[in-house]
Amino acid sequence: MTDLLNSFGYEAWILHALVWGPVAGMLHVLAAPKDRAKHIAFRWSAVLFVVSLGLWWAFDPSGGFAFRSSVPWIRSWGAEYALGLDGISLFMVLLTTFMTPIAILGSFKYVQSRRRAFYALMLLLETGVVGVFLSMDLLLFYVFFELTLVPMYFIVGIWGGTRRIYAAVKFFIYTAVGSLLMLVAILYIYFSSGADSFAYDAFLAADLTLTEQLWLFAAFALAFGIKVPVFPFHTWLPDAHVEAPTPGSVILAAVLLKMGAYGFLRLLLPFFPHAVQHPTVVTVMMTLGVVGIIYAAWVAAVQPDAKKLVAYTSVAHMGFVVIGVFALTVNGLQGGLVVMISHGVSTGTLFLLLGMMYERRKTRLIQDFGGIARVAPFFATAFVITALASIGLPGTSGFVGEFLALLGAFETHATAAVIAALGVIFAAYYMLPMVQRILFNELSEPENRTFPDLSRREKVILTPLVALMIWIGVHPTPFLDRMGPSVDRVLERVEGARTGFASLTPELGVRLEGSIPESED
Amino acid sequence: MLLDYTSGFHYVLALLPEVVLSAWGMVILVLGVSGKRDGAPGQELGWLALVGIAAAAIANGWLYSGVTEEGAAAMIAVDKFRLFANWIFLLGAAFCIVISLAYVARQKLQAGEYYALMLFATVGMMFMASARDLMIIFLGLELMSIGVYALAGFNRRDRRSAEAGLKYFLLGAFASGFLLFGIALVYGATGSTNIHSIAVAVQDGAVAGRLLVSGVALLAVGFAFKVSAVPFHMWTPDVYEGAPAPVTAFMAASVKAAAFVAFLRVFLVGLDGVYDQWWGVLWWIATATMVVGNVVALVQSSVKRMLAYSSVAHGGYLLVALVAANDAAAAGLLFYLLVYTVMNIGAFAIVVAVGNQSEGGSRIEDYRDFGWRKPVLGVFMTLFLLSLAGFPGTGGFMAKVFLLQGAMEARLWRLSVILVVTTVISYWYYLRVAWFMWMKKAPERKDEQNITPFATHVVLFAAAGLILLTGIFPGAALELALEAVEGLRYVAAGMGTGP
Repeated sequence: MTDLLNSFGYEAWILHALVWGPVAGMLHVLAAPKDRAKHIAFRWSAVLFVVSLGLWWAFDPSGGFAFRSSVPWIRSWGAEYALGLDGISLFMVLLTTFMTPIAILGSFKYVQSRRRAFYALMLLLETGVVGVFLSMDLLLFYVFFELTLVPMYFIVGIWGGTRRIYAAVKFFIYTAVGSLLMLVAILYIYFSSGADSFAYDAFLAADLTLTEQLWLFAAFALAFGIKVPVFPFHTWLPDAHVEAPTPGSVILAAVLLKMGAYGFLRLLLPFFPHAVQHPTVVTVMMTLGVVGIIYAAWVAAVQPDAKKLVAYTSVAHMGFVVIGVFALTVNGLQGGLVVMISHGVSTGTLFLLLGMMYERRKTRLIQDFGGIARVAPFFATAFVITALASIGLPGTSGFVGEFLALLGAFETHATAAVIAALGVIFAAYYMLPMVQRILFNELSEPENRTFPDLSRREKVILTPLVALMIWIGVHPTPFLDRMGPSVDRVLERVEGARTGFASLTPELGVRLEGSIPESED
Repeated sequence: MLLDYTSGFHYVLALLPEVVLSAWGMVILVLGVSGKRDGAPGQELGWLALVGIAAAAIANGWLYSGVTEEGAAAMIAVDKFRLFANWIFLLGAAFCIVISLAYVARQKLQAGEYYALMLFATVGMMFMASARDLMIIFLGLELMSIGVYALAGFNRRDRRSAEAGLKYFLLGAFASGFLLFGIALVYGATGSTNIHSIAVAVQDGAVAGRLLVSGVALLAVGFAFKVSAVPFHMWTPDVYEGAPAPVTAFMAASVKAAAFVAFLRVFLVGLDGVYDQWWGVLWWIATATMVVGNVVALVQSSVKRMLAYSSVAHGGYLLVALVAANDAAAAGLLFYLLVYTVMNIGAFAIVVAVGNQSEGGSRIEDYRDFGWRKPVLGVFMTLFLLSLAGFPGTGGFMAKVFLLQGAMEARLWRLSVILVVTTVISYWYYLRVAWFMWMKKAPERKDEQNITPFATHVVLFAAAGLILLTGIFPGAALELALEAVEGLRYVAAGMGTGP
């Protein structure tokens, strides 16, 4: 497979194609007639997904950053258009290219007005997100990071629910506060590294004192913490989710939140190894992660609106990511990554299912449903599997991630892990009653008797998602193998700092001997 | 070619763009007077003014392409800093003239005077950028200001316009007074009005004391009036709101740019030796300007007024460059002025277009659903707003990063953080226009007619193109800006020490 891919120079163009392909698709959509916009957008995103699948084989996990290329972008500042891919970004990119066509397909019925603009924005969003995951230059990273705000602002603000403007502006301003402070931090490192370069490696090489690291850590952590979102910066999320149109929610949950967690792994840990090991910092982050898990679960349990409930589960899941990452162990980081993937798939699917319910009944209140399983068995099956994956039942993707994250956290922070483990129980406490009230209770409402089962299009959307949840749950090894070495490198960098300031290894891309991990399965 | 001023003709050559534009302005004035009075020849005169600007641009290009001067102490600088600034003024003037075409014709203004005043004001700006002598700066400032006073009150039939003209004139006269008194005191302290001689005098440390400090303070007040820095900004919103929209664009973009360019040359070159005396004051003025401009803009219900406060806020960002006082900041200021001129005039062009459609409407309610009714204009306006907000992918972002770089290099951490925090505040009011344009339903209206002229569309396309170009590939413009400030702060050999 790798040879086949190499025979047409896959390595050379793939990353650029993934970043700029959606823009080409966007222009195509804008030029096309209104009625064909959705089909064109779907085809572009589907083709990009198929093309991106080659990364699964072409990427060699042991070799550090792959497919690196850089072109000078702004010479006088030393900024480059530099892309690269490692085991962490691989999955984020695949998740993005996978979820985008699904979200687009899921919007065919929901989005009826101003379709050209909608699909153009969806594709622009894909460019921004993929760009974030592939950038190897901090200025470029920042540009893509912020670029994602604009399409999402308009998607929520134009096609959203009744309080859409409030939600869109809140989303925009919240995230912008953090990221602008991060810009100042980026410039600070740019000057203190003295390398006149925004390149990722140059930033790694910057020699920062502990005090500097703590301040810069705060700026970066705020930016990413709002995006993740980490409790207490999560309040924009329920609003944005509830008001966003279905495809917007799907992308928001599946992909946009991951940019924050990705920032933790890609920038925060390697750049500020001393700060992330500072006892206060670890305590604070662990506490916020645990509080997020517990608090969000309790709040979710009392939501009458199913969409808001699922929105809060996002906060809880991302709490697992936070404790996994800041456990600073191989298991923890890998677990965090798997939670990210699993949450992307399962929560994205839940939002799609809720969107389907809304299209049929024009309501999202749990009390308006009941007994749906009897009239719509396929729908109910998909719903139950997804809900179980979201809870983290063994055999689903959710279990693998949360188990590893908890395991990793337990190695270093037993108390936090024990409390966080309660979150898994709470997850059942909020999710199962919702499933029961929607799918199983009495079929009391007359409108629900005519609740149509899944259409062919909807089956096409849901099948790969459900399959993926089960695949990761049953056989996660291929995933863990691919992310393992990259996770190790992040940890090596962090642990290298433990021995003192002098030994900071600037080259994260250089892999040390004898550190091949055992895959955890 | 080397200008050594051995013959008088060299002075003409050194001032060629200004000479060309002044002569052209007079031609237009004469043609305007000899033409009919009912405004019929308005459009032609406008186009003719553009030809004059093109001619001045050619002259500027000739100076740019390798004309050098002997020494660096002449009253008129032939350096890239001046010429880069000239590009900004000429671009701004050209854009403003084009967006005025329909307005002048519709309001039946006297086209000859209108365009001639615009050209003369531009000449004044060019003098301010070229001056190496405080007297020349004053002359340029007056030439510019008098033209703009008249332009602000040009729509005599409109009471608000007349009020704006008078208000601007009264406060502008104050500012001129401050500036002139400041010049006098600095002259008293240093014995010269030449910026380089002043630089040498204050660098030796021989000259200090209250006389100089008072002079510097008065100069700062004079300039602060012209760049509408807080607390000298009070005139801005009323004047910007009352003046004809194309003139407001001209004031908010070009006039401010000219004031900043002169401000920079006087303070960073002439008064660099007493940096310790003035940077703290400018630090506070910059902070106050950023905070007040952005916060007050939040509550404006008129888009024109909102843009007025936004321009105050941008003045605050630019002041950061003066506080930073290094080459990166100076280049950042030039680059910012270029981007700012383009995006601001672009935004005002849309305000003119909306005003054309719903009579006089610059209330934010008039923008409801505007994007969907006029998608092209809507997309442009969104782009300009994002750029004003400093959003990545637009020139406004790169310009802000450039300013921040200068500030960071000068280790102004707190000022940098204030800059980005106030930027976040500004997101709110820029986004508000965007949400009115795209997310609010408008009541049905019948008087829909597209009277946005083709020429305005050309300007919008050009402005949007420049914004995207400077946002995505800023390299070339950045390098020109860096080149423009190279050696700017170097005081001529034998007269002082290096930068």
